[in-house]
Amino acid sequence: MHELSIAISLVEAAEEEAAKLCAAGVSAVHLRLGPLSGVQKESLLFSYHLAIEGTPLQGSCLLIEDSPVMVFCTACQTRRPIRSLQSFCCATCDTPATDVVQGRELEVVALEILE
Amino acid sequence: MTTAVPRLVEVRRNVLKQNDVIAGELRRRFREAGVYTVSLVSSPGSGKTAFLEKTLSRLGPSHRVAALVGDLATENDAARLRRSQAPVRQIVTGTVCHLDATMVRDALEGWNLADLDFLFIENVGNLVCPSSYDLGEELRIVLLSVTEGEDKPLKYPTIFNSADVAVITKLDLADAVEFDWDAAVANIRAVRPNMKILSISAKTGDGMDEWQRFLEARIA
Repeated sequence: MHELSIAISLVEAAEEEAAKLCAAGVSAVHLRLGPLSGVQKESLLFSYHLAIEGTPLQGSCLLIEDSPVMVFCTACQTRRPIRSLQSFCCATCDTPATDVVQGRELEVVALEILE
Repeated sequence: MTTAVPRLVEVRRNVLKQNDVIAGELRRRFREAGVYTVSLVSSPGSGKTAFLEKTLSRLGPSHRVAALVGDLATENDAARLRRSQAPVRQIVTGTVCHLDATMVRDALEGWNLADLDFLFIENVGNLVCPSSYDLGEELRIVLLSVTEGEDKPLKYPTIFNSADVAVITKLDLADAVEFDWDAAVANIRAVRPNMKILSISAKTGDGMDEWQRFLEARIA
């Protein structure tokens, strides 16, 4: 499990962004998380509570928005979801897909800050 | 007087930005120095070290090769790899279950990359955590041994999807474990369509010629 390392990086990243905004505090961190990031949502939520202890983010919550895998389907010539991670092909026409356009995200997209 | 009502502010910040920045610097350094960098990921016990030892020995006479090897607690793998005569450094990660770009950068301290043709990075045996970390490598190899079962790719799709080439190892044991080659290939390609697949036995040397040709073609 590497979610604790990820949570620590996440807290550091959020702290830096909050400092840039001159925030007095942070009440929530919004994260976009794709399945191809290799990070487990539940483990990350658990680790977050450990990682924020003693930091300016203590008491804040982590809100995770799932970012499902999307590929560019060469047959449909457009963005499509895949059948599943175990069947990496266009959900509409079953063409095998290699061009991933979404699903690797592990990014802070918003902060709820106190001023 | 501060207000207690939080304000929502949009930001865009990759959590692993620091790792990605360092990995990007490493990739630039590798390319400038003309060293082709290959990382290896797999579950523990799939034969990474045996495969790498044979790879280093085979390439050694005609190319300048070196390796970094990650392990939680021991220097055993580095000791084995040094039998190939190639320069090898161990990265002992302690409790950390993966390598990151900073560990790779620090381990390279003092090596002149321009003196190398190939650099191999053996990750900690783990099919989950290494998938999140870019190490600046040019090529990521995922190993699957015949003894692990053909459905490993379906259980760990993320790491297989993050790799460029799959190498099926321990071919010499395939008959004994009734390895279903077609199912393994189908499962690998289900999670990573069109993936290049090689198969080898480090013990008998089967498939090692093709692997060597594949590598040499990368730097040709």
